[in-house]
Amino acid sequence: MSQYSWPDPATRPLLGKSISRVDGPSKSSGRAKYTYDYNPQGLLAGKILRCPYAHAKITSIDTSAAEKMSGVKAVEVIQGPGTEILWAGDEIVGVAAVDEGTAEDALRAIKVEYEVLPHFVSDAEPPKTIAADTGPVSADDFQDMEENQVPDEEVIARIQKSGISFQPTDKDYDSYKGMGVDSSIIAALKKAKYVPAENKPKSPYKKTALQSQGTPDKAFASAATVSEGLYGTPCIVHSCLETHGSAMEWPGEKEVVVHVSTQNVSGIAAQLAEPLSVPAGNINVLQQNVGGGFGSKFSVDRWDVNTAKLSKKAGGKPVKNMLDRKAEFEVAGMRPSAYARVKIAADKDGKIVAWESRSWGTGGVGGGGTPPLPYIFEIPNQRKQNTAISTNQGSARAWRAPNHPQAAVITMGAIEDLAAKMKMDPLDLVLKNMDIAGPRAQTYKEEFAIADGLMGWKKNWHQRGDTTPGNIKRGLGLSMHTWGGRGHNSDCDFSIHPDGSVEIKMGTQDLGTGARTIITIVAADTLGIPMENVTLLYGNNRYPPSGGSGGSTTSGGVTSSTRRAAVDARDALFAKVAPSLKAQPEELEAADGRVRVKGDANRSLSWKEACAKIGAVPLTVHGSNPDKARPPDLTNSGVGGVQMADVSVDIETGIVRVNKMVAVQDCGLVVDVKTAESQVYGALIMGISYALYEEKILDPVTGRVLNPNLEFYRLAGLSDIGELKVRMMTGKGYDERGVIGLAEPPVVSPGAAISNAVANAIGVRVPFLPLTPDRVLAALEEAGGSHAYHGVW
Amino acid sequence: MKDDDARKPEATSGVSRRDFMKISAVTAAVPLVLGPKVVHAAGEDVAVHGPGKVPVALNVNGKKLNAQLEPRVTLLDALREQFDLTGAKRVCDRGACGACTVLLDGKPVYACSVLAIDAQGAKITTIEALAEADKLSPLMQAFVEHDAQQCGFCTPGFVVATTYFLKQHPTPSADDIRRGLNGNYCRCGTYDGIRAVALAQAGGKQS
Repeated sequence: MSQYSWPDPATRPLLGKSISRVDGPSKSSGRAKYTYDYNPQGLLAGKILRCPYAHAKITSIDTSAAEKMSGVKAVEVIQGPGTEILWAGDEIVGVAAVDEGTAEDALRAIKVEYEVLPHFVSDAEPPKTIAADTGPVSADDFQDMEENQVPDEEVIARIQKSGISFQPTDKDYDSYKGMGVDSSIIAALKKAKYVPAENKPKSPYKKTALQSQGTPDKAFASAATVSEGLYGTPCIVHSCLETHGSAMEWPGEKEVVVHVSTQNVSGIAAQLAEPLSVPAGNINVLQQNVGGGFGSKFSVDRWDVNTAKLSKKAGGKPVKNMLDRKAEFEVAGMRPSAYARVKIAADKDGKIVAWESRSWGTGGVGGGGTPPLPYIFEIPNQRKQNTAISTNQGSARAWRAPNHPQAAVITMGAIEDLAAKMKMDPLDLVLKNMDIAGPRAQTYKEEFAIADGLMGWKKNWHQRGDTTPGNIKRGLGLSMHTWGGRGHNSDCDFSIHPDGSVEIKMGTQDLGTGARTIITIVAADTLGIPMENVTLLYGNNRYPPSGGSGGSTTSGGVTSSTRRAAVDARDALFAKVAPSLKAQPEELEAADGRVRVKGDANRSLSWKEACAKIGAVPLTVHGSNPDKARPPDLTNSGVGGVQMADVSVDIETGIVRVNKMVAVQDCGLVVDVKTAESQVYGALIMGISYALYEEKILDPVTGRVLNPNLEFYRLAGLSDIGELKVRMMTGKGYDERGVIGLAEPPVVSPGAAISNAVANAIGVRVPFLPLTPDRVLAALEEAGGSHAYHGVW
Repeated sequence: MKDDDARKPEATSGVSRRDFMKISAVTAAVPLVLGPKVVHAAGEDVAVHGPGKVPVALNVNGKKLNAQLEPRVTLLDALREQFDLTGAKRVCDRGACGACTVLLDGKPVYACSVLAIDAQGAKITTIEALAEADKLSPLMQAFVEHDAQQCGFCTPGFVVATTYFLKQHPTPSADDIRRGLNGNYCRCGTYDGIRAVALAQAGGKQS
């Protein structure tokens, strides 16, 4: 029986070391090619005319002038007269022309008339009077709940209570199953009462049922300390540096070649097959590099289908349409906003006993996300209610760790305020509540001890409100987070060639996470050969399928299938080589570039000599994850991480600076320390960015995004990040859990930790991110002289 | 729809890579004498280019490259689309992010904010010329070693900007780095590695 388990630390030449990413040279030299760079001879430029109104009905479209223009090759109406448009920037007409300038001129020649309808773009606190009953569940409501990971029980409860206003077909059910919708939900849909949509009240607010557990009223009444506060974070935009888009061409009547900026190479063809009426097997999806995704690039979008249709109209010539930055901000996804009024209580020892929250937020037309409140802590007595607000803006998409950063800002903010009111160090308060911190409690304890050392928390922490004279107030804050990260389904073909070279084919992608590097490390480590001997072919849907890179599922998936394949290939090689070493296959090992008899240095062959025994054709095996026939499970689910922030706030200008951040993170077995640490550094920086600067601002008058560009939608720059310390948890207690993904968890906490540090510095809570100077000054102003218990300057 | 492919430079023959197919490279620097029309406006003589395509001659990476371009075409789009020099990326397309940074007479500029016609007469250096053939420059190698890149889309712009920065500040302080490399955005968050690169090149240590 082959030993698939991860090797012992003593026999890992590469695994767990710090290794530079294999795609580094192509990227730092500018040679790496992205979808945006695809530039074949005769390439046509695709452009889209977008709706300028946040809510309107198309009354007429006249494309005749554009079609007559010189250089225009194809015009395709995307949404025709009569269509109701629900957000500004939505696609109306696509044009392909010989170059971008000509395509833009053609867009200006198209006449579209609209009946402008009233829009709603506010995610301010909903009026208290709104009804909890939201009428029948529409197809959009359902999809929205699934996309936002609303708990299954809640989805079923809504379906049973309110009925559904759509009638799913068997095909719909199949597609739900494909999306991973639980069978209990499908059963509920099949049994649901059909209620026509006209019975649905016209309201942008969808209130969930009031959820409660334990005896919250009693717990609040008998608690030693009750703290109330307001917390939240606005809609923010992924801002991938490479915008969404694709290049499409038709080499044959029923054949499409797709270059697309995606997190989901293996999943694109199936999505394109129906809209293009082409068998999925005839659609070749290609992508070598992607300039950022962060959760926003799993699907084929309406603009991609349009690009393909324009190409077909233009005789199959390649057409490329990458969104411009403005469209990217309007239509290509965002993270939903989330705000909450929270009441939290503790007993005199600091045990948290009760939670109450009224939360709300928007994720565009479909409503909003439902942050998992309270985050991490299983507070015994709770009452909570969430209201999703439907607004006329482009829909939310998954954003690293969907709903978790929002939940952390709300929960960890409330816990910090509770600690401040009790004049208690929040680190002590959090550690006192580890019994309700879920399955990763032990991890958090170990991590907080390390973080304390790296930050000097115990040495430097002070009561709320820095009493140092002068404008500059300094403070510390902390947060913690969790995520699943189990490896996804992943297949690969793994070949050892008679010349000693190794080739892996896998339909995956590398978002800059280091996926290519860790696959190569696992293969080379297992075979005891240098990484240079391994060629990884990826980024093509003609290779064995591998899951989309979302939810931190890639690392566990691709390393597991690679490990199983590498072990099988190695064992098959041993069987071929054993006779010439006068040994049994199980007596052999592959290490240091040789195949040798264990414990007998005289009986060995170089890797090349050994591979020459393979014969004329390569030795090829298939690897899979999951694979119950080839245990053990090499991946796992559930990680913990903690972060601390040290900030300075100028109370005259309101400017917040991050002096230092510390992140201590677990992700099971770390395959490559260097790229793993980079993920965490990157998450801290992205976190500083959304904590201090990022906000998608909608104009209530026009319903349009006011800052759809990178000068008014500000990202953190190199000067904004302060000192960063990252520590990965490794060794016993972590390694043996297997490989777990890392992209989501470390981005959860920075907003909460920084917000808490600011409160600790200035003595008052700035309720909402980003912590811009105006918000900081407003919070100080509102507190006025009434910060009695804060004891500030 | 009228066939008008002549608007785009077409292939000549005999060159294997399409990079060079669209380009007519000449060895001697021949100044373009096809002068634009001049009008008198606001008390000054102002050159009027276009509105159609005009001949544009650019000195890119030591080569003279010619193309027919509309005057509205940016240097960035000319480099990427006409000459297939795709290391400089189009990200914000309005001078905010630095992903399109190239050197113009040795100084970094955002190529999205320079018109191709205005770049004539200047020496243009792109990321592609900062290393020979398949080799990496020592700075590029440092980007690899410090893992100062993730998705890599901002990386070429950062490498170009850092190349110039280190020429100006051979031994930069942490504060020099904060100020000097703040003109480029990265979304994955590779600034810590880039800081380490700049400090290591200066012979310093990461704080």
